[in-house]
Amino acid sequence: MSHAATWAFRVRVAAAAATSRHVPAQVARLPRVSPYVVVAAVVLVGLLLFVAAMGARALLAPKAPTRAKLTTYESGVDPVGQGWAQTQIRYFVYAFLYVIFAVDAVYLFPWALVIRSTGLGAASLVEIGVFIGILLIGLAHAARRGLLRWF
Amino acid sequence: MTDVLEVTLRSVSVLAAFLVLPLLVGQAEHKVMAHMQGRLGPMYAGGFHGWAQLVADGVKFVQKEDITPAAADRRVFRFAPAVALVPYLVAMAVIPLSPDLVAADAPASALFVLATTAVGILGTLMAGWASANKYSLLGAMRSAAQLLSYELPLVLAVASVCLAAGSLSLGGIAQAWSPWWLIWQLPGALVFLVAAVAELQRPPFDMPVADAEIVFGAYTEYTGLRFAFFLLAEYAGIVVMSLLFAVLYLGGWQGPFSDQLGWLWTLLKGLVIAVVIIWLRVAWPRLREDQLQHLAWIVLVPLALAQLALTGVWVVVSA
Repeated sequence: MSHAATWAFRVRVAAAAATSRHVPAQVARLPRVSPYVVVAAVVLVGLLLFVAAMGARALLAPKAPTRAKLTTYESGVDPVGQGWAQTQIRYFVYAFLYVIFAVDAVYLFPWALVIRSTGLGAASLVEIGVFIGILLIGLAHAARRGLLRWF
Repeated sequence: MTDVLEVTLRSVSVLAAFLVLPLLVGQAEHKVMAHMQGRLGPMYAGGFHGWAQLVADGVKFVQKEDITPAAADRRVFRFAPAVALVPYLVAMAVIPLSPDLVAADAPASALFVLATTAVGILGTLMAGWASANKYSLLGAMRSAAQLLSYELPLVLAVASVCLAAGSLSLGGIAQAWSPWWLIWQLPGALVFLVAAVAELQRPPFDMPVADAEIVFGAYTEYTGLRFAFFLLAEYAGIVVMSLLFAVLYLGGWQGPFSDQLGWLWTLLKGLVIAVVIIWLRVAWPRLREDQLQHLAWIVLVPLALAQLALTGVWVVVSA
């Protein structure tokens, strides 16, 4: 029931949006079923495809495991030590930078919807400029300190 | 009852597209690559120019023994191909071929596509870690580093297009498109194409599977059908990224007779981009890991931000 209610709400919102000047009328043409129900069904279909394919393989493929076959591959010689080795994670800094910029990118998408409104356009442009400018200074600083070098 | 029927019809159509289009791209790669290299490519399977080669490959894969190494983290290892594959199926569901021809018309589908395609990389990470193999682990590490670096320019390029269209829906973006975008959004389009090829781990960005260095990266220990699923995921990824490029930067269904033939235009534009992605594989050597990071952070991210600034200023000035 609550799902149907939220969907009805979305349809109203989309219809209202379509009458406003900037949103293409195409948005208002919604299918009868919620798109997210279809998305959930597609996920289910994908998992069914995987299960069905694995079922077919279980029926068709031979199964004759031997010790040598189950050994970890290491270019034909016996594996040395463990596979889960510690490595030096060189992209640690990149991961930090990525998280910072990814959070920033999340703010850009709502901006796309308000930039054309008369009251917000220029002001939001300046604000986003300041916001991204600070991040860019950070990136330039990281580059100058040599953090963007792999070696 | 009719709702159930509609949902079934829509999801099964997505599945059908998912099983046909990647094979088309795969066969195109066989033949295009072959002719670019002065070869013929597959010629026997199916009779006419080896059209059934990939079907034959599938039949072969399903009959191969499925090996899980004794040292592997068994459950994660066996489930990883599904995690790599299903996100591209879901992404395909929200990409419109024409205003009416879209399985799930999600309101913020541009954002949704970015989110789902980013999940696919988890399959590679799971595969690499669970294999308990040094090559696999190295491959997974490279995949992670590559994703971190190239996801960002990709997202920024799409944000710029959303800004230009004033819409977060792929349908709305293609509707707002005009030929002027070919120049205005060109830097963003180039960033998107490069970042998309890197996300797909296709040459020249195939460091994570570099066969001359780390055997086959995260997929080293995989055999038979599970291995085939990773390959299918790669080609499904090419389809998704090519169609996405067509919808975002080439106007999707816009063209002559778009009322009747809109879906065909989207598919044709996507196919052209897919051939370009194949062409890149033939034409360019593999980048080194540090060159890869350098390109992303020193070239692509600033370029994408410049495009964003250009789009924002132009939209505000012309409003």
